[in-house]
Amino acid sequence: MGIMDPAKAAPIPPGADQDAILRAVGDEITNRGFVIAKADKLFNWARSGSLWPMTFGLACCAVEMMHSAASRYDMDRYGMLFRPSPRQSDVMIVAGTLTNKMAPALRRVYDQMPEPRWVLSMGSCANGGGYYHYSYAVVRGCDRIVPVDVYVPGCPPTAEALIYGLLQLQKKIRRTATIARS
Amino acid sequence: MTENHSSDLPVGGETETALLAMADHIADVVDSMLVSCAVVRGEIELRVNPADIPQVLTLLRGDRQAAFNQLIDLTAVDYPERESRFDVVYLLLSMDNNMRMRLVAAVAAGQPVPTVTHLYMAANWAEREAWDMFGIFFAGHPDLRRLLTDYGFEGHPLRKDFPLTGHVEVRYDDNQRRVVNEPVHLVQEFRDFDFLSPWEGMQSQIANTPARDDAEQKG
Repeated sequence: MGIMDPAKAAPIPPGADQDAILRAVGDEITNRGFVIAKADKLFNWARSGSLWPMTFGLACCAVEMMHSAASRYDMDRYGMLFRPSPRQSDVMIVAGTLTNKMAPALRRVYDQMPEPRWVLSMGSCANGGGYYHYSYAVVRGCDRIVPVDVYVPGCPPTAEALIYGLLQLQKKIRRTATIARS
Repeated sequence: MTENHSSDLPVGGETETALLAMADHIADVVDSMLVSCAVVRGEIELRVNPADIPQVLTLLRGDRQAAFNQLIDLTAVDYPERESRFDVVYLLLSMDNNMRMRLVAAVAAGQPVPTVTHLYMAANWAEREAWDMFGIFFAGHPDLRRLLTDYGFEGHPLRKDFPLTGHVEVRYDDNQRRVVNEPVHLVQEFRDFDFLSPWEGMQSQIANTPARDDAEQKG
């Protein structure tokens, strides 16, 4: 995860401190009518707080992805709701084995996603070929086709592991996304 | 004449006699086109010449007693050391008799096999798969093209002389802006997973660790 200062990184838990901050913000709005925040932080909050995945459920990992969206590990409480269209999504979760036949389609879907976009590689097949690494018909890792931001290991990764990977992606977005994108 | 015997695995008493009886009956039905008919390892196996396949299947399906009216699968086996390297295998089911049988024909590479799509619709994709995986040509097939492999794929993967990793692999080329085929290059050595311990394949790395050397020096 890297070295992060826990004081700055962790969200403030409910209690006196949180109440004080919320009251201060509320007072600003009542008194002045506006709140000042850094544009960067605002955009990152918006981007990471509503990451809409475009599912690329290819094989067995897709079921674990469904698990993570279902009631026990609800992804919707993080603001993540699955969009069927790449045009409306932020992150593409490559879940499953990527075969040679599927590779051009994957690239096409990735190209259709508007910026800012991220890719999360789920499961050992998407990470590096996985169980079928030596097969003649399998791409040894989806990072040969699309640039990947987060790799989630597992075969399949538990739903919890996928949520952990998505949360890491959120942290990466807050850390690295800026307004000026090349 | 044809000798019916069961070898190796014993089948239950009643079923065995039923199988043997059916094998006898099949041999009678097929008559002149027969190469051999036996109960092998508890399964009826009928061998014929490739040219006779459609006629034999029609006979087996039409016969009241045999009534093998469902094609379960159509595959092939590769025996590269043989002259006729492929064994085309038809798995049949008789629902009335609750019995299965196997029809086998030996085919050489490049030798066409008559299609049975006019008899069984299931044979359509199964023959396409056999063509794609083995290169067995089915004469008279309405639409014989690849089924499973990639669109520009060359080679027949399930032949014994086709390497596991294949000849080409795939990556995205930024300059050409498309996915390209390149010769296969594995960055890791081939790991053999056929052993008891997951660390057995790494003996060379384990032997070279410093701790092991110290232990050997002390001991």
